[in-house]
Order: sequence, then C-alpha cells, then structure tokens
Amino acid sequence: MSGPAGGRRVLVTGADTFWGGRVVQALEADPQFEVILGLGTGTPTVSLERAEFVRADQAYSILSRIVRATGVDTIVHTFMVVDSTAVKPRALHEINVIGTMNLLAAAGAPGSTVRQVVVKSSTMVYGSTEHDPNTFGEDTPRSRPPANRMERSLVEAEQLVHDFAEDNPQVDVGLLRFANVLGTEIVTPISANLSRPLCPCIFGFDPLVQFVEEDDVVRALEHVVRTGVRGTYNVAGAGRLPWSEVAAMCGTRLVPLPPVTTGLAASPLQRLGAVDLPPELAALLRYGRGVDTRRLVGTGFGYRYTSAGAVHSFVRALRMRRGVGRRPRSYVYEHDVEQFFRHSPSVISTSEA
Amino acid sequence: MPGPSATGTPGPGAKPRGTMAEVSSSPGGRPPPGGTVPAGRASTRDSVGPTVAPADGASRAVVPLRVRAPGPDETEYRLSDVDEWGRSEHMRAVARALYDPVYSRWFRAEWDGLEKVPETGGALLVANHAGAIPSDAPVIMHGIEKELGRPVYGLADYFFRTIPVLGTLWSRTGGVAANPDNAYRLLHDQEQLALVFPEGTKGSSKSFTERYQLRRFGRGGFVEIAMRAGVPVLPIAVVGSEEAMPTLLRFSRLSRLLGLPYVPLTANMVALGPLGIVVPFPAKFKLKVLDPVGFDVPPDQERYPRSKVMEEAERIRTRLQDAVYEMLAERRSVWFG
Repeated sequence: MSGPAGGRRVLVTGADTFWGGRVVQALEADPQFEVILGLGTGTPTVSLERAEFVRADQAYSILSRIVRATGVDTIVHTFMVVDSTAVKPRALHEINVIGTMNLLAAAGAPGSTVRQVVVKSSTMVYGSTEHDPNTFGEDTPRSRPPANRMERSLVEAEQLVHDFAEDNPQVDVGLLRFANVLGTEIVTPISANLSRPLCPCIFGFDPLVQFVEEDDVVRALEHVVRTGVRGTYNVAGAGRLPWSEVAAMCGTRLVPLPPVTTGLAASPLQRLGAVDLPPELAALLRYGRGVDTRRLVGTGFGYRYTSAGAVHSFVRALRMRRGVGRRPRSYVYEHDVEQFFRHSPSVISTSEA
Repeated sequence: MPGPSATGTPGPGAKPRGTMAEVSSSPGGRPPPGGTVPAGRASTRDSVGPTVAPADGASRAVVPLRVRAPGPDETEYRLSDVDEWGRSEHMRAVARALYDPVYSRWFRAEWDGLEKVPETGGALLVANHAGAIPSDAPVIMHGIEKELGRPVYGLADYFFRTIPVLGTLWSRTGGVAANPDNAYRLLHDQEQLALVFPEGTKGSSKSFTERYQLRRFGRGGFVEIAMRAGVPVLPIAVVGSEEAMPTLLRFSRLSRLLGLPYVPLTANMVALGPLGIVVPFPAKFKLKVLDPVGFDVPPDQERYPRSKVMEEAERIRTRLQDAVYEMLAERRSVWFG
C-alpha cells in the first residue's frame, strides 16, 4: 500500500465538513501519509497543514480524474450525511447515494491505484423499531425496511459499498457504522436538543441510547486506515443510557411530546427552532438502539470514552461554552494564502528538515 | 477475499462469543470499582466471572470474580443503574417491595422443586400462561428473585414496548422483548435466567371454559433458542393463574379497532367493576418446577432440524400439561389450595 515515493497517498472526502477536516488533521500529523488530498464542496473549516484542498461538486463527477492524476492508494469517505436537518431531501440522496456511487466507480475504474476504501456510515442503518433486538451485531439484519429518507439513503449507500467490496477483492474495504456522536465540538440534532433548557422526549418512552465520542470517531477511522482491516464494524462507546439520564446529565428538562401524532405536535416547535426532531430521531427517542462493539475491539482498537463518557465530555464543553459565550471562528480558509504556504518557494519547508 | 459483511466474524452460525468487554461489564450494569457486589447480585456475578477469559491471556492463572472490561469504566458518570436491557436494580427493589404483599398475602404463592432452578448459569424457564392480565409472570419473577436471589428476565411480546409508560416500567423491572437474539444474548453470553411463555397471548386470552388446557407452543422457537444457547429448559407448571382473572368473553372487533392483542370481559370486571380491570382474585398460586430438559445437540448451530425442535417442544408441552392436571387433581380449593 505504498505510492510512488514510498509514502501513502490518501484522499479524504468531505474535507470541508467536520469529520473530513478532523480526519485530515489526524493524518497530517503522520509523515507516513505522504500526500493528503481533501475533497469538499465548500471551504475547509479547520486549518490544514499540508493537505491539498480540492473543491468538487457533491456528486464527485470529477473524481475519477483526480484519482487517476494523483494516484491515491487510499480513499477515506467521510462525506456521508447522517443528519437530515442539515441538507435538503434531494441533496441527501445526491450526496449519500450518488456521491458514494461515483466515488466507488472512480476507485474501481480499470487501472485504479486505489487499494483501500474506508467509509463512514452510521448505526442508523439498523433503524429503530419495537421489533429490534436489544443489540445489533454487524451481521444482524434490520427488522423492518427503512421508514425514513435518512435511513434509506444510508442503506442504499452501504449496499453500493458491499457490492464494490465484492467486485474489487484487491481493495481493502472498511465500513464503519458510528453510533450517535456527542463531544466537545460537533453539533447534531441530539446535541442541539440537549443544549437547550428544554429537550424533547416522547411521553411514556425512555429509550436506551448509545453514544460515541467525537475523538473516538476520528481515532476509529484512523485506526482502520492504518491497519487496513476489512469488513463492517460498529463503533460506539460501551454501555448505554436512558434518554432521561442523558437529559439529567446535561441539566436540561424533558418536555414530553404525545406518543401519537408526535410529528404533528413537534412540527410547530420545530418551526420555532425550539426542538430538532427529524424522523430518524423521533424513532430513536421511542425505541433507542444498541450495538455490539466487540468486533472492532477485536482488531486492536481501544476506546477512550464510554457512552456516559461521551455525554460527560459534551456536558463539559457545554458548560464551558455557557461560561465564555460564543467564541469567534478560529480559522477562515483563504485560498490564496493556502496556495502561498504550499507552493511558494519563499516558504521554508519544515517537514523535510 | 470476502466483502465487508462477511469479514471479521468467525463464520456463519458461530455467533461472536462473549469473551470480551461486553460480557464482563454488561449483566450487572454497575460493579462498584474494586468494591463489594450488592447482595442481590452476587450470584450472577459469580456465574459470569469464571467464564470470562482475560482479553490478553496474560492473567489467565488468576480468574477474578469480576473481570473489568478493558478500557474506560462504563459506570463512570452514570446517574442511574439501568443496565443494557433497561433493567434497574433500584426499580426492581421498589417493585419487589410493592409486589411482595400480593405475592405472599394475596396469592400465597407456594413453590415445589425450587431447588431445580440452577444457582448459576443460563436456563430458559418455560411456563403455562393464563389469566386475562396474567399474574404468572410477576409471581415467577418475584418468587425466584426472592427465594434464590437470582434476577429473572421476562421475555414478552414486543407489543409491550409500544405501550407508553407501561412499556418503560416493564423494561425497568426486568422485561425484555421476546426476540431470538435477545434470548441468545441473555442465556448464552450473560448466563442469565430468562422466562418465556411459549403459548403467548393464545394462553392468556383463552376463555375460562378452556382453563388449564395448554395452547399450541408456538413453532417451538423457545426450544431452538435453548439449543442454540446450549442451556436447559426448565418447565414450571402454574396453578391458580386461571382463577385469578378468568376471561368470560372476548371482543375481537374492539381489539382490532384498538390494536390490542385481545380485549376481554373478565369475571373481575363483573364482580368489582372498573377496579376489576386490574385487580385479580386471590386464588391460591402453586408452582411446580419440573426436571430440567437438556438437548442432545451441539450449541451455536445456524439451524436445528424442525422435526427435532417440534418433537422436543411437544414433549415439554405434554409434561407441563400432565403436571398441571396432576396439581389440579390434588387441589382441594381454588382459594386455599
């Protein structure tokens, strides 16, 4: 798995998003990764040291050209939308399904140099219904077909990844399914709800939920990129907590929504911005979800946080944010400045010294 | 090389064995770090401890009672003791305190052969099911916890999960949805006691005229689960449950309309009015644990011969039916036993 000059050449999708940026930063620290390309639709939100940023449309139509031109051996596909409130329904399908399809088509093209593909998915592919087992293993099928757009797009995208792995035995395909993420930085519908003084729950339901801390997300992706393990892996902190306990830890008060016509009752509140309740979260707040994490641990990965630890980490960050107020964005991407640092002969390269 | 879905597992049928973090940490919920185990939990801890192989294999010589999971302690920062099944030992204690008068004064439950319930290791408890709101489940769960100090997880229709409040309370007090994966995890990975009523709602919905006539035992799924988990089936014959809440009539159209498994008119409603919807009659409960049934098959198979499964299920049903008839023949009074 080495490029022309010995080091690895990695392409990270969604480099302008939270996860892509974090993964690029993690890989930059290791000289083993000689070339790091960040692909994104916007501008990077974190400061990138030596990675090159390439702007592309969300369906990655130029991807096969990039792969051919740069001879990357590893693709880390972090640009999978798992929050349906973040994008329009149309874009969700476009990004998750069409984007993944084009990416894999580029990776599997004849003469492709790609030898490893790592995909970031979500435990949402298991769904959340009353028919579910208490714990989903990687091979446990869904109990019911996907009921919402979010899950459907992820299931379709994963199917593409499975097919790709079957058709390209020369490529190490790692598929990571992450539980709901909490941490110091990330904003999700769950973290948004927990940050407010009032937080939704569904009357009479207190589901068990499992979390993974954002550092463990990046570390798990890095672990799979480094070890090249194949297969599907659940990534989630040990243990699970009732939603009421999560709310109590965060110091927010639960507001019960009616168990029938939940969506109808929630929609005016959603419009006011008082709650975030996408359909996939409404299902989770009823039946919860738990996953078996033994398989990834078996490959040598060690978690730093448990589920409760992830909540604790989020609570600490929440308290601090309340203490200091909104902090200014620490980094603004300037294309010319970044080009100058990377390519100007006047810049003294420290990495070769 | 296989694709993503196939890699990383030992192979089809061989479900991941519980030798790592999950098993050592999950059943108890929260072992106090380095401290003592709460009294009610001691037996389960013991049963789990020795089966857990140290993850690294280095400290194999000394097998501690409680093997801490590698990595961070999952009980840290927790505010409650709700375990991965939703069961809370605290809630159980409250439920036990509330239910004990019902168990020992109202039903005056009496056990026979309780020593056949193993003190350690997994076992699938199987009993006959009766009464519109069946009291057999809480009586068995309460009885075994009280007499033996072992938790019992009650497997019931997933329908319970969909009921607000009740579903949550049921889960907190030891209820688990009757899903084959759940049963395997409880019995095999965590070596717990699980209680199941193979008749399901067919048993609890039958009218009083058909009392103590066991219904079909489903498709024998419970036998297959016990075979796969490699645990014995422990049949428990219950007498008294039919008279505690006899069903006189069933309203099938109303039940369809309400989306409920059945809507009965019980003798309790006739005698006690609205109170009778939930209050059972004080029938004398007698429970008899029959000899454990083992299966002469290897565990962890993907599938077991249907004929064998059905045969074993039918044999257990017949034994339970015979035991119930036997107990009824001995019974002098519905109310005094």
